Amino acid sequence: MAWATRLGICVAALGALYAAGWLLETYVIEYVVRIILLCGINAILAVGLNLINGTTGQFSIGHAGFMAVGAYATAFTVVNMEQALFGGGEIGAVAGAAIFNAGILVGGVLAGVAGLAVGVPSLRLKGDYLAIVTLGFGEIIRLLFNNADFLGGATGYGGGRPAGLPIYTSFFWVFAWTALVILCVRNLTFSSFGRALQAIREDEVAAEATGVPTTRMKVLSFVVSAVTAGVAGGLYAHLQSQVSPAEYNFDRSIQIIIMIIVGGLGSVTGAVLGAFFVTITLQLTLEFGEYRLLTYALLIIVLMIVRPQGILGQREVSLAWLRRRKGAA
Amino acid sequence: VATFFQQLVNGLSVGSIYALIALGYTMVYGILKLINFAHSEVFMVGAFAGYFLAAWLGFETGEAFPFHLAFLVLVGAMIACASLGVTIERAAYRPVRFAPKLTPLITAIGVSLFLQNLGLIVFGASPRSFPKIVEEEVYNVGGVILTNHKIVIFLVGLALMVGLHLFIQRTWTGKAMRAVSVNMAAARLMGISVNRTIALTFAIGSALAAAGGILFGLDQTRIEPLMGVMVGLKAFVAAVLGGIGKIPGAVVGGIVIGVAEQMTAGYISADYRDAVTFAILIVVLLLKPEGLFGVVRPEKV
Repeated sequence: MAWATRLGICVAALGALYAAGWLLETYVIEYVVRIILLCGINAILAVGLNLINGTTGQFSIGHAGFMAVGAYATAFTVVNMEQALFGGGEIGAVAGAAIFNAGILVGGVLAGVAGLAVGVPSLRLKGDYLAIVTLGFGEIIRLLFNNADFLGGATGYGGGRPAGLPIYTSFFWVFAWTALVILCVRNLTFSSFGRALQAIREDEVAAEATGVPTTRMKVLSFVVSAVTAGVAGGLYAHLQSQVSPAEYNFDRSIQIIIMIIVGGLGSVTGAVLGAFFVTITLQLTLEFGEYRLLTYALLIIVLMIVRPQGILGQREVSLAWLRRRKGAA
Repeated sequence: VATFFQQLVNGLSVGSIYALIALGYTMVYGILKLINFAHSEVFMVGAFAGYFLAAWLGFETGEAFPFHLAFLVLVGAMIACASLGVTIERAAYRPVRFAPKLTPLITAIGVSLFLQNLGLIVFGASPRSFPKIVEEEVYNVGGVILTNHKIVIFLVGLALMVGLHLFIQRTWTGKAMRAVSVNMAAARLMGISVNRTIALTFAIGSALAAAGGILFGLDQTRIEPLMGVMVGLKAFVAAVLGGIGKIPGAVVGGIVIGVAEQMTAGYISADYRDAVTFAILIVVLLLKPEGLFGVVRPEKV
């Protein structure tokens, strides 16, 4: 396709997204819209985590930590930019959106830096050190935010304003970012880079022998995964009026893992479907409390015994695939 | 100087709890090359088993609890957790034993999550105060506050560790465990029942975790269903520090982590007590990933 055609498709898609957002936010009750937004944010988290856990086969269980870094960094940037540029005055819609997206970028970059710091020591080694280091990292980062007084400590960060953080996260921005992240991760997965990652997952020694710089590849995919978590954190922060450290706990990391296991380890579309499925079921069964996670834990164990690659495995859902299935049946 | 000895005493007692739990991690890792995430929940169940056993045996707050009953609480909780450990292995880990490495790891996370939430449902989320099954006495030795709890914790921990060492080094069963950890297939050919040996490893590791849970309850006085997460993490770091798979390494690692943590609490800030463990882990992974007692083994292709 010529680049002009691609640009046209992009513009049309963004326009359609904007229209869909407007329709939803005007005609659908807030509770449903919120669940849809959470689905989008969780899709970013799941697709990002799947790159390291599914495609590369290195198990990270502290994704919520990177999300927290992104959330705090975004909120802090947005609040301070608003203060510096407008001094508490009226902020226009365009300027607000620009500040919000700048904040998300900062959140993503800082989460990536955190990913580099965690990834370099643990990914140099073979084996499952990453799991335990990321578990520790997730707990420690929560602890640090809990004790950071300039970020509100345990009560959370609301920008030091009575109304809390500005609500910038809308349908349009969530799904624009979701589309961007999915596109990036998809292209990475189906490039030579993605093939190298799969080689590492299948046999690290063999991958190294055929000239894959395993450590660099692992760290790189881990950092990309952390960046996406940071972006999701930024979006999530401005959906609430407050960033509170207690929200980014181990349970959240586990929820994201459940999404990619349900969807299929290594499948981009699987991660998206898993994110939607898990988000919606968890939201609809809120009243059952701990029984929900108990059920999911049981589901993980049973899946690992009978179908360890997740429900979709590495398969991708696409129109062509669906048509072929229909033809076969 | 008084602060130093005070933190050293605290560190030694906390450290011996970490060491007890680290032993379970390291024994399982030594044989199955699996990080048994559920181990921290076995530790939690151990503490709760002690709590309910003490209540069942007629513990009343403020009344003296006979020593032999306290001993019974310890042994009872250890037996309960040993059977829990064996059940976990049989139900969840054995079906995925020969699957690719990631599968047992995710299974272990699943079991851990399962037990945590089961704990929240059965025991309730609010913390409970652990019965003082050994009456507390406080001594003041030259400005250092010493309680008989700390001494009991250290001694019980030490006794169990020495017992384990003798068991592994001096008995036929211990020899079988070492053989399975070196080469599972060869051990099977020599007529060792691999399944039984692995089950035994889980039983012993879980019993030690239960003892750790009771000692932890005695030391910290509060227990709750999510208590295993942080303690388990520290114990695992202890196992890595000492060289995972190495039994003396786990003991030394546990003590080092305990002392380092208490020193941080005493000299820097109690808020960073948990962070120092993580810092130690990063340093070990960067400088000596095989741990203090570990040996570098070349990778087989």
